[in-house]
Amino acid sequence: MRYKETSDLEISLLLEAIYRKYGYDFRQYSQAHIRRRIMSRMVMSGFEDISEMQSTVLNDESFAATLLQDLSITVTEMFRDQSFYKSLRENVIPILKTYPFIKIWHAGCATGQEAYSMAIILQEEGLYDRSIIYATDFNQNALNHAKEGIYSTSLIKEYTTNYQLSGGKESFSNYYTSNYDNVIMNQSLKKNIVWANHNLVTDSVFAEVNLILCRNVLIYFDRELQNNVQTLFYNSLINGGILCLGAKESLRFSDVYEKYTEWDPRQRIFKKKY
Amino acid sequence: MKYEAIVMGVSSGGMQAMKVMFPLFPKDFKIPIIIVQHIGVQSDGEWIKILNHNCNLHIKEADEKETIETGNIYIAPPNYHLLVEKDKTFSLTIGERVNFARPAIDILFETAAEAYEKKLIGVILTGSNYDGTKGMERIKEYGGLTIAQDPETAASSFMPAAAIAAMQPDHILSLENIVKLLLKIT
Ligand SMILES: C[S@@+](CC[C@H](N)C(=O)[O-])C[C@H]1O[C@@H](n2cnc3c(N)ncnc32)[C@H](O)[C@@H]1O
Repeated sequence: MRYKETSDLEISLLLEAIYRKYGYDFRQYSQAHIRRRIMSRMVMSGFEDISEMQSTVLNDESFAATLLQDLSITVTEMFRDQSFYKSLRENVIPILKTYPFIKIWHAGCATGQEAYSMAIILQEEGLYDRSIIYATDFNQNALNHAKEGIYSTSLIKEYTTNYQLSGGKESFSNYYTSNYDNVIMNQSLKKNIVWANHNLVTDSVFAEVNLILCRNVLIYFDRELQNNVQTLFYNSLINGGILCLGAKESLRFSDVYEKYTEWDPRQRIFKKKY
Repeated sequence: MKYEAIVMGVSSGGMQAMKVMFPLFPKDFKIPIIIVQHIGVQSDGEWIKILNHNCNLHIKEADEKETIETGNIYIAPPNYHLLVEKDKTFSLTIGERVNFARPAIDILFETAAEAYEKKLIGVILTGSNYDGTKGMERIKEYGGLTIAQDPETAASSFMPAAAIAAMQPDHILSLENIVKLLLKIT
C-alpha cells in the first residue's frame, strides 16, 4: 500500500532536498521514472515512508550516493542501433574528413561503450589521430568504469554482432585483450578520449565541437529541460556541426529546431545551419 | 465515464491474439489502449503496419512525451520501457530489463495504475513468463479493473495463469469475451 500513500508532493520535496544539499537536480526528470526508482529504493532499504528516507538522504552521504546511482540509468551497449552507426559512417564521417582537427562530444556516455564505438570507427576511417573525444556524464562511477574500459566477456558476443552489422571493417577482437572473465579495450582507442564529469542540467558549454552525440539521455527529461539542453548543444556546435540523438528522441519540440537541417531524419541526425 | 484507459500485456502467442482482438474494436471505441508486447530488438515495426490494415482504430508506436488519446492503440517501441505520466503522456526509458523483458509489462501497468488509478483496466494475455503479475496487483490496489485471458484459451498459458494465481483478477475470459466485456463497460 505504500505506493498509493506516497504523494507527488513528498517526492518533489525529496528531490528539492537532494538538489539543495547535493546540487543534483532531478526536479525536471520524468516523474513516473523518478517515482519508480525512489519507491524501489525505499522498499529495498526498508524505509517506512519517504520522510524517513529523506532524513537519511540528508544526513548520510553514502546513502545519498546510493540513491544518486539509482537515479542514473547507465544501461548502454557498443554499437547500439546498428542502422545509426551505419548512417554515421556513410553520412557523417565524410563531413568530419573535411576538418583538419575534429572535436566530438558524447554527452551522457555512461560506462563508455558509445565513445569506444566512435573511437573504433574513427580509427577505421583514418581520422582518430586528428580527433579528440570528450566523453562526459554526471555519474562518476560510470565514468571511472568507462575510463578503465573493462567489460565482461559475456557481453562481447552481442557487441561483436552489433559491430559487424553496423558496417565494421575489421575483426572486433582486434580492439581488446581478453583476460579471463573480462576484456580490456586497447590503449590505442583510449589515448584521445577525455573523460570528464559534466552535468547537463547545471553545467554549461565547455568546448566548441564538430559533432555531438547525446543518445537516450534526453528521454529522461521533461520538455522544458530538453529544450534547455538543446540550447546548450546548439551553443557548443560549430556552424555546420552535427547533432545525433537517440532512436526515439526528437528535436522538433525545441526552440532550435529551425536552426538545423534534418541530415538523416530516420536516424535522428541533424546538421546545424550556417 | 468510468474508465479512461486500457493497458494490455502480451508475450509469446501475442501476434495471433492481437490479430483476433484488434479488428473487433469499433472506430468510435471510447478509450485508448496501450500495449506492451515482448518482441525482438530488431523489430522494424512492419507488423504494426500489417495489423493496421484490419483495424478500425489507429495502431502506432508510442512516442516519448506523446499525449495519450482516444482512437489509438499504442504499442511500446522495441527495446524501451514504456511509462505513463500523471499528465497522461508517455515516457520512454532504457533501464535494466525487468523479468528479462524490455519493454516490461510490469513497468507500463504500474505507472499507468498510478496515473489512472481506478479508471484503468488491465488485461494480461498469452505469454510464457511471469511479467505483468506485479503490474496487475498494482492496478487492483488502485481500484482498477483486472482481466486475465483464460489460460485454457491462451496459446501460452503461463503468463495469465501466474497473474490469476497471484491476484485473482476480476474476470477470466477468452479473447473474444474480453473484447465483448470491454465494449460493454466503456
Ligand atoms: C541510458 S544511458 C545512455 C548511454 C548511451 N548514450 C547510450 O545511448 O547507449 C543515460 C546516461 O545519461 C546520464 N545522465 C542522466 N542525466 C544526466 C545529466 N543531467 N548530466 C549528464 N549525464 C546525465 C546517466 O548517468 C547515464 O549514464
